Amino acid sequence: MIQIRGLGFQYPKGRTILNDISLDFTPGNIYGVFGENGEGKSTLIKLMAGLLFPKIGYCQISSQDISRRSIENLQEIFLVPEDFELPALSIDSFEKINAPFYPKFSRDQFYQLIQEFKLFPKEKLSALSFGQKKKVLIAFGIAANTNLLLMDEPTNGLDIPSKSQFRRIMASAVDQGKCIVISTHQVRDLHSLINHVVILGQSKVIFDQSFSSVSEKLWFGRPKQQMMDEVLYAEPTFGGRAVLKRENFEETEVDLELLFNAVVSNPDKINTVIKSTHYDAKA
Amino acid sequence: MDFDNGKPIYLQIVDFFYENILIRKWQENERIPSVREVAVMVEVNPNTASRAFTHLQELEVIYNKRGIGYFVSEKGYHTVLEIKKKEFIGVRLPDMFKEMMLLDVEFEEVKNSYDQYVKNVSDEKK
Repeated sequence: MIQIRGLGFQYPKGRTILNDISLDFTPGNIYGVFGENGEGKSTLIKLMAGLLFPKIGYCQISSQDISRRSIENLQEIFLVPEDFELPALSIDSFEKINAPFYPKFSRDQFYQLIQEFKLFPKEKLSALSFGQKKKVLIAFGIAANTNLLLMDEPTNGLDIPSKSQFRRIMASAVDQGKCIVISTHQVRDLHSLINHVVILGQSKVIFDQSFSSVSEKLWFGRPKQQMMDEVLYAEPTFGGRAVLKRENFEETEVDLELLFNAVVSNPDKINTVIKSTHYDAKA
Repeated sequence: MDFDNGKPIYLQIVDFFYENILIRKWQENERIPSVREVAVMVEVNPNTASRAFTHLQELEVIYNKRGIGYFVSEKGYHTVLEIKKKEFIGVRLPDMFKEMMLLDVEFEEVKNSYDQYVKNVSDEKK
């Protein structure tokens, strides 16, 4: 659905933020975009929303450049930004004004989510806390039912019970027609939702793999003595966890934090193992 | 649901199914929650939940009626019992034996403790 090829971006007089980015995003998946601070995650999300334009290369949705900002495309994209200003309107006026831009918007779904987030339609947006405003936008974004839903740090500002609520809502929001892309640092909040990992580093894509290929090729945990030869990356602390070549070991759950650290410290090493094909999954 | 760190989430969902079947919460030929309902319940990506369903279907613990949903198989309970027994004897017991040797616990002590436990349980039932 989304195709990015050879994309480069820099802000005026700034250094290169994104360099030669090529990525594909397909419906039915929840993508997690990770990277250290300043690696261009939010910039990439804005490029995908048509809020910034690539300097080189392209970013297309259904084979059309998003930067053309055609109505047909924009009505199928919704972005929940990290920082935002909302007008001094009540929640229901906000809905009435903005919903018509999204043909598949569901009012029922929106108000159900608003209720689930313990908000009231008559509440003024300006009187809400940051976390509550974010909930309004998340509810709106899901109810908009766009083909592409972009979220930049969606769980920032959410309180403890809302994070679990957010995961439940997201789990029910994915369907085969939707593509969800989330950029975040909050690995723990979203780990169980994401099924594809993209990691940015030094302005490039240094990792782009589905969870299933990661868990097929890598093993996460505390290695026993005889497993030490297979260690690809280990936490430097005593009794720390490590990433190993899985080989014949039993499948483990992907440890995103560990994977991230392993990839950032040595992308080539991890990518080589994942791309190796000589390993027979049934062996 | 609290996920244990090492085990793949889909297998933890499988365990959750096993438990419901073993305590007879989900009976034979009874309809169980859908993939989506399970995904929401345990807060995971529906693809992960769907993998648990596929796994259970391959083991013939559950079956699918097209357009209606998933059901516990006729032999679902027995299949689960076999699987969990094998796991207990093959994995949990050796761990326990290892610990018994390490702590020098006699088998006799374990037996007494077990008999006492069985007695307590049957007393409670009365």
